Amino acid sequence: MPEIPADRPLPRQAFEALSGRFPDSVLSSDFDKGELSVTIPKGILLAVLGYLKDDLGFGSLNDLIVLDNLAAPEGKKRFSLLYQLYRFPGDIRIRLVLDLDESEGVDSIVPLYRSADWAEREAYDMFGIVFEGHPGLRRIYLEEDFEGHPLRKDFPLAGRSGGL
Amino acid sequence: MAFKDIEINMGPQHPSTHGVLRLKLTVDNEVVLKVEPVIGYLHRGMEKLWESQTYAQCLPLTDRLDYLASLSNNLAFALAVEKLAGIEVPRRGRYIRIVLVELQRLASHLAWLGFMANDIGAMSVLLYGFEAREDILDLFEEYAGARLTIHGIRIGGAAHDLDEALVGRIRKVLSSVPRRLKDIRSLLDENRIWKERTVGIGLISASEAVDYGLTGPALRASGVSWDIRKSIPYSSYDEMDFDVPLGRQGDVYDRYLVRLEEIGQSIRIINQALDKLPPGEFRAKVPRTFRIPPGQVFHTVEAPKGELGFYIKSNGSDRPERVKMKSPSFINLQSLEHMCKGNLFSDVVGILGSLDIVLGEIDK
Amino acid sequence: MSAPEPRPSFLLTRLDEFVTWSQKNSLWPFGSGLACCAIEMIATAAARFDIARFGMELFRASPRQADLFIVAGTVTNKMAPILRRLWDQMPDPKWAVAMGNCAVCGGPFPTYSVLQGVDKIIPVDVYIAGCPPTPQGLLHGLITLQEKIARSHPTKEILNPDARNTR
Repeated sequence: MPEIPADRPLPRQAFEALSGRFPDSVLSSDFDKGELSVTIPKGILLAVLGYLKDDLGFGSLNDLIVLDNLAAPEGKKRFSLLYQLYRFPGDIRIRLVLDLDESEGVDSIVPLYRSADWAEREAYDMFGIVFEGHPGLRRIYLEEDFEGHPLRKDFPLAGRSGGL
Repeated sequence: MAFKDIEINMGPQHPSTHGVLRLKLTVDNEVVLKVEPVIGYLHRGMEKLWESQTYAQCLPLTDRLDYLASLSNNLAFALAVEKLAGIEVPRRGRYIRIVLVELQRLASHLAWLGFMANDIGAMSVLLYGFEAREDILDLFEEYAGARLTIHGIRIGGAAHDLDEALVGRIRKVLSSVPRRLKDIRSLLDENRIWKERTVGIGLISASEAVDYGLTGPALRASGVSWDIRKSIPYSSYDEMDFDVPLGRQGDVYDRYLVRLEEIGQSIRIINQALDKLPPGEFRAKVPRTFRIPPGQVFHTVEAPKGELGFYIKSNGSDRPERVKMKSPSFINLQSLEHMCKGNLFSDVVGILGSLDIVLGEIDK
Repeated sequence: MSAPEPRPSFLLTRLDEFVTWSQKNSLWPFGSGLACCAIEMIATAAARFDIARFGMELFRASPRQADLFIVAGTVTNKMAPILRRLWDQMPDPKWAVAMGNCAVCGGPFPTYSVLQGVDKIIPVDVYIAGCPPTPQGLLHGLITLQEKIARSHPTKEILNPDARNTR
C-alpha cells in the first residue's frame, strides 16, 4: 500500500479497489508527487484495464509511454510500458506499469481504448515492441524501409546510415 | 464503369492540409468511405534530441512543436520540470504566464480561423484574421523578441517582467480584438453558404469523442465539459473567473463557435490577470544547469489544440532520461476517419480545418 | 584555355534587361510550407507585409504553374524524395529559396530523420537564415533573389542552347 495522504481519497479508493480485485497481482506501487503508479504483470493487462475502464470509470487513455532501461541496474527488464489513464468525474489519474524483455510482445489494448491505435504504432516504430492483436501494426513516423528503432538507447542520435 | 472504391491521394504537399499530412481517401463517387492519414513527413526526432540536452536547453525546442501556439508548449514543459524538481514559481510569474498563454491562445485561434475559412473558400477572413493576429505578435516581439517561436516562458517563471507600458499596450490590443471579431463573425456566422458547409458535417457524439481520446475545443463542441484549466488547475488558473463554452452536436459549426467563444473568454482572463497582477519576482532563482533527483512526472495543460502534456523521467543528471510528449493533434487526428465517413469528398477539408491540427505537434 | 566569350551585343543586353525585369517582378511562388517557417511565409503574404507588392501574390498550389520554390521548414528524409519530385515538375526558368535554418542546414535538428539542408537535393539560389526568419527577413531574401535574377543573362540561351542553367 503506497503512502497516499489523507486528503487524496480518490486515488486511495482506486488503489484499494484495484488491489482488492486483483490480489497478489500488484507487483509494486508508488505515490509520488501526487501521481499513483501501479506495476502489474503483463498477463493480466487486459483484465486490469477492463476493470479500470468499465467498473472504476477510467474511460480515457491519456498516453502510452515506453522507457528503455538499458542504463538501469541489473535485474530490470529492458522495456517498461506506462499506461496513463484518466477518469473524468473526480479528475484522477493512474499509471499502470508493465516490464518487458527485449523480444517480448504484449497484448494490444485497442479493443478497449481506441486512441491506443496510433500510440501502439508509435511504440512499435520507436522501440520495436510488438503488440499482439493490433489491427495493422506498422511504422507510423519513419519510412517503411527504415532499419532500427530510433528511441532505443543504443541507437545514435544522428542515425546509422551516414545520413545525407 | 462504376466510380466505386477509388483511392485518392491528398498531400503531403497540399495547400489545405495544414502542413505535410498525407490523406489516403477511398471514395465511392463523391462519398468518403475510408480516410487513412499518413504522417511522419515532419518527424524531427525531438524526443531523442531532448535526451541529450539540459532541461533549459530543451525548452526552446518545444517552441517548434505546436508552432502556432509555442508558449503553450513552453508552459507545459516548464510546469512538468518544475513539478519534478520541486521548483516553486512566484505568484507574479504565474500571472504573467497566464497573460502570455492566453494571448497565445488568441493568436492561435485567430490563425485557425483564417486557415479554416480560407480552406472552405472565404479568403478575406484569412487576411482579417492574420491582421488581428499581427497586433498580438507585435506584443510578443516587444516582450521576448520573437514573433512565432517565442520561448517567453522559462523554468521558474516568465522570461521578462511586464512593465506598465507593455500592460497598457496589451489592454489596447485586447480592446480592438472584439471589434475585429465582430467583423469576421458578421461575414460567417449567419452566412448561408458557410452554414451549408459546416452545419451537420463531421458529426461526432460525446461518447465517441471520449472513446477516441479527443480533447480540447473539438471535445467540448460535442458537449463534454472538460477543460484542464478548471479540472486540474495549474499556474493560478483557479484564481481566474471564466466560463467554458460547450457545443451541442459536435459538427464543424459547433467546433467553430466553441473556439470563437473561447477567444472572448481568453480576453476576460487576460484582463483579470492584468488587473490583479501581484508585485514581486517574476521568476524563481534557478541555475542554468541543475540536476534533478530520479523521479517521473506526467503533467498536462490546456493548449489551444487540446490537452498537451509531457512525461519526464529524470535520472539524477542534468539531462532528462526520457521525455515523452502527449500531443493533442496526434490523438485528435485519429478521429478524422470517423468524422469524414459518409460525408462528401469536398467536406474533408472543412472537417480537417475544424479539428485544428498542427503537423509539428503530430510528428514531433 | 577556351577562347574568351564574345561580348554581348547592345540589343541582347537590352533584351536581357527586359526579360529579367519581367521575370523578377512576376515570380509565382510555389510555397512548399513544411513547418513553422510556413506560417511566417503566409504572414508575409497577408495584409501587413504584403508580398503582392513584389508581384508574388499568386502562391500556386501546383509546381507546374510556379517558378519560385520557397522551401519553408524542415526537410525530413521521408519528405526529401517528394520535394525533389516537386522541383523536377517545375518548368524552367525556376529558382529556389531555402527559408529558415532547417532548410539551410538542418537547423536545430541534427537527428536521424532530418535532411541537413535542402541544398543536398535541389540547387538553392538564396539562403535565408532565421528560426523562423521574420517577414522582413524573407522579403530581404526575396529582394536579394530579384537582384540575382537582374544580373542573369537569359538571352545566352537563345544564342547557345547548351548554356542552359549557367546563369
